[in-house]
Formats: sequence, C-alpha cells, structure tokens
Amino acid sequence: MPLTIASLLSSCSELNDNASSKTAIVLTTRVRLARNLAGQPFPGWARPGQREKVLELCREAAVSTSALKRGWSLAIGDLGELEKQILVERHLISRELGGTPQGSGVVISKDQTFSVMVNEEDHLRIQILRSGFQLKKAWAAIDELDSALEERLDFAFNPTLGYLTACPTNLGTGLRGSAMMHLPALVIAGQMEKVVRAVNQLGMVVRGLFGEGSDASGSIFQISNQTTLGESEQDIIKRLASVLQSIIEHELNAREKLLEADSGKLFDKIGRAYGILQNSHLLSSGEAMNLLSLIRLGVDLGVFAEGYRSVIDRLLIEAQPGHLQYARKGEFEPGQRDLFRAELLRGEFANLGRPVFTGAAQGKN
Amino acid sequence: MTNPLKCNFCSKPATVHLTQIINNTVHKVDLCEECAQKKGVTDPSGFSLADLLLKASLNPEAEAGVVRCEQCGLTQADFKKLGRFGCPACYEAFKDMLEPMLAGMHKGSIHQGKIPRVALSRKSLSDRLTKLEVDLTEAIKSERYEEAARFRDEINQVKQSVSPKPSP
Ligand SMILES: [Zn+2]
Ligand SMILES: [Zn+2]
Repeated sequence: MPLTIASLLSSCSELNDNASSKTAIVLTTRVRLARNLAGQPFPGWARPGQREKVLELCREAAVSTSALKRGWSLAIGDLGELEKQILVERHLISRELGGTPQGSGVVISKDQTFSVMVNEEDHLRIQILRSGFQLKKAWAAIDELDSALEERLDFAFNPTLGYLTACPTNLGTGLRGSAMMHLPALVIAGQMEKVVRAVNQLGMVVRGLFGEGSDASGSIFQISNQTTLGESEQDIIKRLASVLQSIIEHELNAREKLLEADSGKLFDKIGRAYGILQNSHLLSSGEAMNLLSLIRLGVDLGVFAEGYRSVIDRLLIEAQPGHLQYARKGEFEPGQRDLFRAELLRGEFANLGRPVFTGAAQGKN
Repeated sequence: MTNPLKCNFCSKPATVHLTQIINNTVHKVDLCEECAQKKGVTDPSGFSLADLLLKASLNPEAEAGVVRCEQCGLTQADFKKLGRFGCPACYEAFKDMLEPMLAGMHKGSIHQGKIPRVALSRKSLSDRLTKLEVDLTEAIKSERYEEAARFRDEINQVKQSVSPKPSP
C-alpha cells in the first residue's frame, strides 16, 4: 500500500482506538528487538551500496511475513519532512531514522502495531506498540514476528554474546521493553525524583515523553530496561513488569493521599484545566500536554466519563506539531501553531461533558 | 573461526593476496578477481603496491600493530570515536577490549536468551553441503567411485532439507 498520510491517519490504530480503563496509568507498551544481518557492515559503517542492498533484503523479507503483509513499506528518502514528523509523533519511526535519507526505510503493519525500521543504528529494529499494560502479550507477538523474519534472513548471532548489534549496549537479546506511564499524582506530590532513583537502582531507565533528555511534559514518562545481555527475554520482561506494577501502586497511593489531604486543590487543578481547554486561544505544546494530563487524571478519578480517555489520548498525538500542520493542509507559520492548537482543543472540548466532582473524592481508582 | 579475507576495495571474497616489502615495511593487500583486474595488479610491469595502498588510503597504522577488524576495516580508534562497531566480526576482532567493558554494562556476559534456531540450522546445513561437495570432487578425482556415489546421495538429502518451505 503506498503511503499517503491520509491513509495512515484514517486507518484504525491501536494507539488511538483502544484506550479503556486498562490503560489508566500505562498508556502504551512497546517492545523492540535489534537485529543485524550476518556478514554485512552495520548501517553507520556501511557504504551507500551496501546499505541499499540491506534495505532491499530486509524490506522484501518483512513484507512477506503475515504480520506485515498488508501494511506500508516505505523508503525514508521518498518521504517529505511532514510525513516523517507524523511517523515520529506516532512512534512508528525514530527521529534518528527520519534523519537518514539514504538507504533506510520502514515497514509498518496495517493496524500500526508493528513497525520494522531498516538501517537505523542496526539493520533491523523490530518494534511492537500496544495500548495499555501488555508487556507479555507484546513479547509473544514480537517473538513470533522475529522468528518469521529469521526464516528469511541470516541474523548475526554468536552463541556466547547472542545477537550482535552495532552498539554493545544492545548486545545479547537486543530487547528493549518500555511502557509509557501517566504519573500525575507522583509529580504533584514531588515524589518523581525518588521514584526515578529507585527505578534506576533496579536497572531500569526513566525518560520524559519523547525520548532522551526531554521534559516530563504532561507527567508522561517512559520506563525501560537498560541491560540486554546475561538474562533471558522472559526474565527481562518479568523484571520490567514488576517494576511497572510497583510504580502503578505508588501512583495509586499518591492519588489517594492527594484526595484525602486536599481534594479541593486537586479538583481546582482539573476544573481549571477544563476551563482553559474550552476557552483559550493560544496553547503551547507543553501547556496543552499538561492540561490534557490533568483531564486524563480526572477521567481516572471519575470526574469525567470513561469515554473521555480515548479522546485525550488521541489529542495528545493530534496536538503535536506535525499532526497540527497536516490538519491545516500545510498553510502554516511557526508563530501560528499555538493559535491552531488552541482552536483544535477548543473545538473538541466544546462537545465534551462538564466535570462532575461529587462522588469523585470517595476514592475511586 | 576464520573468516575468508575480503577485498580491500569492495567486500567480495578476496582471491588475490599480495605482499611487498617497501622501505623495510610489509604492505599487504587482498583483492577480488575483478578489482585485481581493474587496479592493474595482473599487469606485473606497471604495478606498484605502494601506489595502490596509497590510493586505497588504507590506514598505515594497520601494519604497526593497531587492532583492526579484518572484515570491515574498523580500528579501535574508530570505535572509541563512534561508540559503534563496524560489523558483526568486530566482536571477535576487539574481544580483548570488549570483555571488561561488558562486565560493567550488562547483567552478565553470556547470552541467556533466544537462539535463531532456523537460521543456525540453515547455516550448518549449508556448511555441510560445502564440505560434501569438496569431498565429492576429491573422490571423483582419485577415482573412488563408490564413495563418490555416497557423497552424492548425501548432498541430495541435504539439498532437500534446505529447500525453501512455504511461508507460514
Ligand atoms: Zn573487489
Ligand atoms: Zn568489523
């Protein structure tokens, strides 16, 4: 299927359509595997001709698997800046891949859960994205796709070191599992620093929403495993899952405490967020994220109807610069972005029901 | 495990191996059939290895004992600068440097996870096939026809087991 952004945006995607109560704190789960072809230089060290050859081999293998058969197979060099940005905002490619126009590509499944990046840092970065807390299911599904690819491609593998990767930090399983978590109460209560330190001690990494070093906008954090060698995939997944479970418990505790100690203050924040989203005319990306985050917390506390949650999760993506620009058909000056973002959110919130605070304080979680 | 040398100019297997001693330094170059032709190596009168090495801008440190991956040409200095290896064979070439590094980087230094069984059995079968074909040629050459027939049967068996199966 040729990529038109329209076809991508109009297709159902896991990310937009599956937000239910099971996604209350863990928005999405992601697992990626790094793989390389035997006997081929890694992408960063390969000559253009070698990269092209690997791209061809990998794309051909990927599109012949049942998981990716009916999706999109794209060469990055054929994509415009806006298209690349939209793929980044939907977590289907990395920013790094978007910046390598020569001999790189991506194959995306029809439902946008699987994406296989070719010639990023490694020949293959196989990824699965699921809504909610679904690490084990995600591992099972990606294990299957990996095995299907292995039937078609010779992976660089060493019995002692496992799967060989361009960077030794990914060696062994090549597995990075991660979860996107919404932790507003831990942020409000000032406990995030403590959580980050504890999580680091358990060999896991915490990042802000869009990768390394970025702000924790919207109280959304990505938690992932750091080490890949010396442990089986199942053990890595199990360890990560137990860390996530304990973060969930801490967040729920923090919410309960906030409600007990000063529900007025919390409800004031949520009510104001609703007011601003309904009435503002200029919204920066960061402010929009933080307001949407508060509304999402409101849904979890029963202030808004459950159906709100999927709307918020869609808006968290649609308020990103690339998606906004696409919606405005490219007619865009950088300074107008905040104007258009506010207009989009005003429109959406004009049709959403008012908050109901009675009963919310009775510890609904 | 010894990997076949690769051509210094492209990455095809090298079949022409040259050594010249210039100013008491040993210069080595490995070329494939095609590049040897192109670079005029087959014309003994007009050929200078030093010239060739210069044109290829091969790192002169390579001969001075600097660790370097034979497969892809990456040196230890390259790795330190880039933080990335050049190819899978680098893991063997830089083994000594890597081992202490891995200890601080991971939970353990031995892989405990998934094994690409299909790919590995495919590789061991293709290695077996290569060996059988050599054996067959040898047997025919020395007129051991009974053995040759046995090798041929075995080759057919292996070929059947590696023939592509329908995808799932
Ligand atoms: Zn050559
Ligand atoms: Zn190498």
